[in-house]
Amino acid sequence: MEQYTTVSYKNKKIRKIKDKRKHKEALQAWMFIGVGFILFAVFMAYPLLKNIEMAFMDYSVNPNKPSTFIGLNNFKKAFLSSGVLGESDKFYLALRNTLLCALVTVPFQWFIGMMLAVAIESLSKGKMFYRFLLYIPVISDWLVVAILFKYIFQDTSGALVNSILLNLHIIKEPVMWLQNEWTANIVIWSLCIWKGIGWVMIMYTTALQDLPKDIYEAAEVDGATKKQSFWKITIPLLQSRTYFIITSLIIGAFNVLLQVMLITNGGPMGRTDVLLNYMYNKAFSSFDFGYAAALSVIMGIILIVISVFQKKITNNAKIEF
Amino acid sequence: MKSKLNQILKHLILLFMVILALLPFMNMITTSLIPNAYVLPSEPQIIPKQFYFGNYVAVWEGEDFGRYFLNSVFVTCITTVLTLIIASMSAYGFARLNFPGKNIIFNIYIYSLMIPAILALVSQFTVLQRLNLVNTYAGLIVLYVSGGVAGNTFFLKGFFETIPRALEESVIMDGGSRWTVYRHIILPLSRPALATMAIGTFSGTWMEVFTALTIIKTQSKRTLPIAIKLLQNGKATQWGIIFAASIIVLIPIMTIFILFNKQFINPGGSQGAIKG
Repeated sequence: MEQYTTVSYKNKKIRKIKDKRKHKEALQAWMFIGVGFILFAVFMAYPLLKNIEMAFMDYSVNPNKPSTFIGLNNFKKAFLSSGVLGESDKFYLALRNTLLCALVTVPFQWFIGMMLAVAIESLSKGKMFYRFLLYIPVISDWLVVAILFKYIFQDTSGALVNSILLNLHIIKEPVMWLQNEWTANIVIWSLCIWKGIGWVMIMYTTALQDLPKDIYEAAEVDGATKKQSFWKITIPLLQSRTYFIITSLIIGAFNVLLQVMLITNGGPMGRTDVLLNYMYNKAFSSFDFGYAAALSVIMGIILIVISVFQKKITNNAKIEF
Repeated sequence: MKSKLNQILKHLILLFMVILALLPFMNMITTSLIPNAYVLPSEPQIIPKQFYFGNYVAVWEGEDFGRYFLNSVFVTCITTVLTLIIASMSAYGFARLNFPGKNIIFNIYIYSLMIPAILALVSQFTVLQRLNLVNTYAGLIVLYVSGGVAGNTFFLKGFFETIPRALEESVIMDGGSRWTVYRHIILPLSRPALATMAIGTFSGTWMEVFTALTIIKTQSKRTLPIAIKLLQNGKATQWGIIFAASIIVLIPIMTIFILFNKQFINPGGSQGAIKG
């Protein structure tokens, strides 16, 4: 009995020391993560949460005029049609263009980028040369390249793209790229593709270099051709990287904003508008903050659904080597 | 023989892709060297035939461009330094220390990365308004730094975890503090990762438009991207001037890229590749 109490006393003491140590460690940890956490909480997390609240309000920027709670009205404004000049038509156009942008640009960026990575990796000379030059569009800023694309797609015959197409006899007259709905969309898409290819290429290059070499040697011993080992070994092994790249590209397509704002600003008549540009203009040109917040909540939900979906697929498809 | 032909064919295709990637830039550089390019020339200029630097002089001297340049240097450098300090400390905390709520906070960080930062801009503006930080560099920098906390902590934590623990245990045994470990072991050993992160933060901040456009109102406080965006807002676009300005703005980024291109495009730097 006596022994038992001393043991429990000892345990208690050890636990106390352990608790103290844990307590101390937690305190130290907060000294390290504290500043970052506070900044994140105040300037990122809180604004994102506040956005959700604002989405249900007729939000007033003027501190003297109170904001009023209006329930789902901002969401109704986006989703339900209200006459000829209603916002919902513009919202659906912006949503359509955003989805189209993802649908068109992601496959091109992915496929060309992957092929480039594979081709460069198989070269005997000049690997770094090509990687370096093909990466230049990636590091150049969106602001600059958007203006640049507006310039090369001008509607005169002396503009770069029209001139090349005229010289190759693909077109007979200069195309008014930015004046028409679909040609203007093509300009925006080609900018996204042109700038994204290099990033995909580098992402695949690093993945290719991480691949275990001995599998290929084994395949060669077994008489597999290069083509066979590409389709049967390389492609499956790159699968988890592929999912990551495609998700990043889709999220990137939802991030399209500067491209549209600088090249067309949604014109002609909002036919090339995308969600972020539409939201930005609603907030900072019309000062309709509540509606803009509702739009951001809609977008946030779409993106989280995509990410969760991607995580599920990736977890199922993970191949260890 | 067949494989040699194959290699040549690949080189040809790759050279074609390089031309596609660089032709617009050639066009831009040449245009910036032509006087008064209000109207487009009848033929696109790819190879410069003349070297007229008047546009560059006009950009640098007119419109307070030099001042905007300094503003941008100031904001970008402070942001990069603060981000380095805050993110590396935070990443060390997550990589090595245990505390209640650690996993929850870290998961929130990761989820926040999927949401475009611009979605928060509207309410970030209202928060700054309440703190009286609208139209100040403090406000702008605080948004830049806060926006980078989650992503950079995530990136550096992964790197710190690859550093063997044995090194720091000996320091702790000798009575050293966590701070000593962080300062004298973790930081020196993770220079490559810190460099990658610094480059990413620098280039991201250097050309950031929307936050700057929203927060900064006074003309003299403008940063470069705002200046460029406003240059092209005018009705008669002066392409020569705009492109001269764009090239001046691209120079720091290109210099960094040329000096540190291995950080960008070399194997192992995969996490550092910047998705612009």
